[in-house]
Amino acid sequence: MTPGTATRGSIIYLEDVTVDYDGFKALRDLNFYMDYRELRVVIGPNGAGKTTLLDVISGKVMPTSGRVIFGKHTDLVGRRENEIAALGVGRKFQTPSVFANLTVRENLELSLARKSKGVLATLSARLDASQREQIERALSTIGLAPRAEERAGGLSHGEKQWLEIGMVMVQDAELLLVDEPVAGMTDEETERTGALLQEIAQDRAVLVIEHDMEFVRSIARTVTVLHEGSVLCEGPVDQVQRDERVVEVYLGRGRAAHA
Amino acid sequence: MPTRERWAFLAAGTVLLVVLPVLNALPAESPLRIGDFTLNLFGKFLAYAVLALGIDLIWGYAGVLSLGHGVFFGLGAYAMGMHLMLEIGTQGVYRNALPDFMVWNQVTELPLFWRPFHSGAFTLLAVVAVPAVVAFVFGALAFRSRIRGVYFSIITQALALSAWLMFNRNSLNLGGTNGLSGFKTIFGFALSEPGTQRGLYMATVLCLGGAYLLCRGITGSPAGRVLLAIRDSETRVLFSGYSPAAFKLFVFVVSASLAGVAGALYVPQVGIITPAKIGVLPSIEMIVWVAVGGRGTLLGAVVGAVGVSWLQSVLTTSYPDLWLLVLGGLFIAVVLFFPDGLVGGARRLLGRLEAMRRGALRGRPDTTAMKDAAIERAPR
Repeated sequence: MTPGTATRGSIIYLEDVTVDYDGFKALRDLNFYMDYRELRVVIGPNGAGKTTLLDVISGKVMPTSGRVIFGKHTDLVGRRENEIAALGVGRKFQTPSVFANLTVRENLELSLARKSKGVLATLSARLDASQREQIERALSTIGLAPRAEERAGGLSHGEKQWLEIGMVMVQDAELLLVDEPVAGMTDEETERTGALLQEIAQDRAVLVIEHDMEFVRSIARTVTVLHEGSVLCEGPVDQVQRDERVVEVYLGRGRAAHA
Repeated sequence: MPTRERWAFLAAGTVLLVVLPVLNALPAESPLRIGDFTLNLFGKFLAYAVLALGIDLIWGYAGVLSLGHGVFFGLGAYAMGMHLMLEIGTQGVYRNALPDFMVWNQVTELPLFWRPFHSGAFTLLAVVAVPAVVAFVFGALAFRSRIRGVYFSIITQALALSAWLMFNRNSLNLGGTNGLSGFKTIFGFALSEPGTQRGLYMATVLCLGGAYLLCRGITGSPAGRVLLAIRDSETRVLFSGYSPAAFKLFVFVVSASLAGVAGALYVPQVGIITPAKIGVLPSIEMIVWVAVGGRGTLLGAVVGAVGVSWLQSVLTTSYPDLWLLVLGGLFIAVVLFFPDGLVGGARRLLGRLEAMRRGALRGRPDTTAMKDAAIERAPR
């Protein structure tokens, strides 16, 4: 987090990005940017390129053309996933992926931002007081403090999702990419997740992909609609929901009323 | 290291390093004496245990199954063997400074790559460095290309097969199918002397202790947690800012070096190394040791290597035909009934007993302890 100067400019800026999978264009000339500390939700029908967008930012997929600028002027294209993660882009996957054989606390410790995450540095790494405190804070934010010493494999689906969000938090990411965080959650869990994301977004940018329109409305300030690999429209939730093109491509006939 | 483990380590170390050699040095008529043959056999098993620790490190912790560790064992063994061959000097059958098999194959000059092995210091370095370099190059290519899981296992098996084929060729000047044998001395000490063999046994115990501490140091560090994490979810590790490839490469190299050390300890105690020890089959046998003893426990690797080899030596003496059936049966039984091996199974049992004992004391079942035991039982 770089306060002050950070409020100006964008945290992530994609310019004319195209991803071509053997002729199928998952993204076409996509232009997308987000402000620092913004909570943005990206929606769109299946195959609109939402997950590909996260893949491009986090380095999992190399764009065929275009630029991906993180922060002031760091070009992310061509960098490895772990490098991008170390630069400050955290990613939470759709299916919970935590380390089942480690305890909740160890999961967080492992994710902590460290000066170096090379093999030799890690062999002798120690936690300092502020890092320990950071872990405690994260544990209480995600509500797993009482279960810190349990193996993560024993957590429920929702708890695993929160743990993973906590892991990305302690990574000190300036930009958090979150793929469908409430899929498979109960209403109560969904509500808690929404609150958690909003809390996290207070000091970092969060990009959420979501299908659940009710959830989107409950957390989003700005919504971007993707369609066939490019931005269809962008704006406040209500405005987007009224947009006819959106109703056409995404919400679909008849379903518009209830969404 | 927790106190209990430290005491156990010291106790086992004392028995292996002091008690057994002292019993071996007793006069021949003493009833307590451990025979030279037995001590020598045990030395061989402990050499295997060094290698098993390395396999446990990469397979038990990082979850990477290498079916090519026989190659690294062989590289260490051949490096030591070459030095021992050169130490024979003109004492061989042909009274020639060249090793006998070279005279037989009508080689007239010592091949270039043999020359540095005149030096004992170089040999000791090569025992670690040659397997380490081979593992580094092979591992770097495989891990950086993100070859994982069963694909990695298959290409390591291919490595074992090709190494076996290569070492069988006479033109490699490493003795072909017959390998290297007929050693007389090691660093000037006669190998036929019981004292030398006792010394080799003790060196093996020291190496095993060192290897155990090294592995314990790695698995107990934050890097050890990264290894476990790689086994659980490699992608998550990657997106947490670590390079799984670098960590896997590191343990692969450490593990290959340990295998090399094991090979070098094996050769002077057994007196021969042939390509038969480095192929596909021995590499799989090594995996069986660790599976039987228990993956991801370190202790299990040692128990498995010594236990299975012991069983093999007993059975092949009395029922030579049965051994392969027993080995196969053992492997199947372990996979079916003790997925976490003897040591894992024993720990689970102890956990359950502990829970029952605590429950009995309080007059009701102790749910926390039972839960611990249940977590212990959860598949890894």
